Amino acid sequence: MHRLRQFIDRAGWPRIIIGLVLLSLFLVAPHWGVRIDSSLMDTIIRFGMNGVMVLAMIPMVQAGCGLNFGLPLGIIAGLLGATMSIELGLVGVAGFAGAIGIAVSIACLFGWGYGVLLNHVKGDEMMIATYVGFSSVSFMSIMWMVLPYHSPTMIWGYSGQGLRTTVSVDGFWSKILDNLLAIRIGPNFTFPTGTILFFALMAWLMWAFFHTKTGTAMTAVGSNPDYARASGISVDRMRTTSVILSTVYGAIGILLYEQSYGFISLYNGPFFMALPAVAAVLIGGASVNKANITNVIIGTILFQGILTMAPSVINAAIHSDAAEVVRLIVSNGMIVYALTRVTRKSR
Amino acid sequence: MTRRYGLKDVISRFFVNNAVPIIFIIFIAFAIPISGFSGPYLTQQLIIRISRDSFLVLSLVLPIMAGMGINFGMVLGAMSGQIAIILVLNWGVPGVGGLFLAMAIATPMAALLGWFSGVILNKAKGREMVTSMMLGFFISGIYQLIVLYFMGDLIPISNPVLVLSRGYGIRNALSLLTMRMSLDNLIPLKIAGISIPVATYVIIGLLCLFIWWFGKTKLGHDMRAVGQNMAVSEDSGIKVERTRILAIILSTVLACYGQIIYLQNIGTLNTYNGADQTATFAAAALLIGGASVVRASIPNVFIGVVLFHLMFLVSPMAGKNLMGSAMIGEYFRVFVSYGVIALALALYAWKRLKERERARRSLRGAKES
Repeated sequence: MHRLRQFIDRAGWPRIIIGLVLLSLFLVAPHWGVRIDSSLMDTIIRFGMNGVMVLAMIPMVQAGCGLNFGLPLGIIAGLLGATMSIELGLVGVAGFAGAIGIAVSIACLFGWGYGVLLNHVKGDEMMIATYVGFSSVSFMSIMWMVLPYHSPTMIWGYSGQGLRTTVSVDGFWSKILDNLLAIRIGPNFTFPTGTILFFALMAWLMWAFFHTKTGTAMTAVGSNPDYARASGISVDRMRTTSVILSTVYGAIGILLYEQSYGFISLYNGPFFMALPAVAAVLIGGASVNKANITNVIIGTILFQGILTMAPSVINAAIHSDAAEVVRLIVSNGMIVYALTRVTRKSR
Repeated sequence: MTRRYGLKDVISRFFVNNAVPIIFIIFIAFAIPISGFSGPYLTQQLIIRISRDSFLVLSLVLPIMAGMGINFGMVLGAMSGQIAIILVLNWGVPGVGGLFLAMAIATPMAALLGWFSGVILNKAKGREMVTSMMLGFFISGIYQLIVLYFMGDLIPISNPVLVLSRGYGIRNALSLLTMRMSLDNLIPLKIAGISIPVATYVIIGLLCLFIWWFGKTKLGHDMRAVGQNMAVSEDSGIKVERTRILAIILSTVLACYGQIIYLQNIGTLNTYNGADQTATFAAAALLIGGASVVRASIPNVFIGVVLFHLMFLVSPMAGKNLMGSAMIGEYFRVFVSYGVIALALALYAWKRLKERERARRSLRGAKES
């Protein structure tokens, strides 16, 4: 009994409830004729698609900058990388690698500016990050129309200028990682090895980074800035580094998402993409000032699992598409819940 | 430390404090001639739009006074207003009577949601704004659940015009033909071909009077004290948490009335994606008017609404005439709404950080640099 209570304390009620809901969804699914193996595959694919964007939450949380509601900025860097790689006509591995290369360099630039801005607004990062994200998405909406792209697969056919709202990556690098070393088990289950390996690599890099000197210093800045400064760490530099890292992970994350999804969503596509990532890491047990890789993995599996299972089961059971709304309520409710749990005075 | 400020200081201080409205005035001064709109047209549009939006923007003033920043949770009020409007449409109550009935039903809903929001925000002191925004998204999910799935099913809706063809859920856009402009045209007045919605302005005027009067009551003073310093107010016997909850309840209820006034002017209810934008536009308007996260006055509201709507009116046309594409102007004004919030928030946070550093330096006894 004591150990059970300890477990509940450590995991927290919301997490346990969400875990139980997911479990029961899997249990009742066969009864309504929903295939377990294909739902499991969907969950794994979605995990791979979204995992890196959730990883992007870690550095800023650890450095004390709060949840990165400004993730759309990183996503935009990723979109720029993707579109430029297509514009250059790069195909296959070269295309995907090129997209990552361009995206990472743009993300470093964006992240640096964003980090400097956040250093000037300590204490209000999350609110300003949100609006930096929103305004950069709407600014880029103008840019997608006026930037000189020419590739006929991307621009509007009739006017000959401006990018389409969704661009297909088919024929360039669609599912390049999903199909890499993919293991086929049965007719309804294929394990996207490449995507999961790529996620594992990114997670390992993040883990390794936090075990270097810089990474430890970053954690120190997040847990006690005054102590960090006293021991000779440049607080502002660490924070900027964390923001750059987060933005770069956001950029790579969206590329991973796109290769699996098969499309690039421009214009208002990235608008609310930060919220699922934020919700996932919080469901995984992170708080506003503490997050680790385990939180990301558990959170993404739970969140994406609910996302996959709830619609199919609810649809099959009560013939209603209420699942999307339920998802909104769960993820946003989770974020509100996390924001109200203060573990450290923010002033 | 008292210091005399020279004229130069005063002028530079004026520009720094009013940077946002000044930038907008300059922008609009260039954009109006490019857009090619005529003076009377713009005046008429402005008069309509001020009457449409001021009430919503005014609802943001009280929480700022109480030190809680911009209440993005005002969408909770807007949503209760919309639910009430749907119910009134269902009962078929037309005209101003319908509007007031909607307000009457919506008030307890908005008050309850405001109380809930206040309790939540008390648990998130220091990050009220981002929490209230997320709360808005959260409640917007529940609103969708009610309107899209419960209405016509659990909540009986007898009017088939309102319900989706599948038998439950409310349609995407509802026409408020019976209530459209019923308040605006209650006291018709036309001056030089420009019609003025007198009744709406009277109501907005009354609200301004109320806010002015409220600032002078005991509760108003308490609110300001809480906004200045919560710890000191608590010590001097003000119930801080209760005062903050009251500020949010008032704001939410006012936002609900504001949304109803807004809807009667627009004439169609955009059931699913109207309400979440409300807070963004209202906040942007207030900040364009020169308000900050800790200081907002009634003049800020009106200056803001005028500038914001001028920008909104002229930028698509200016974009079309300048760049050859109206879409660019369209995106531009969305960008400006978000950008101005980001800018104003960042400017304010930066100023506060500077002041804190200066205070720390003066504590150390160093010479003012």
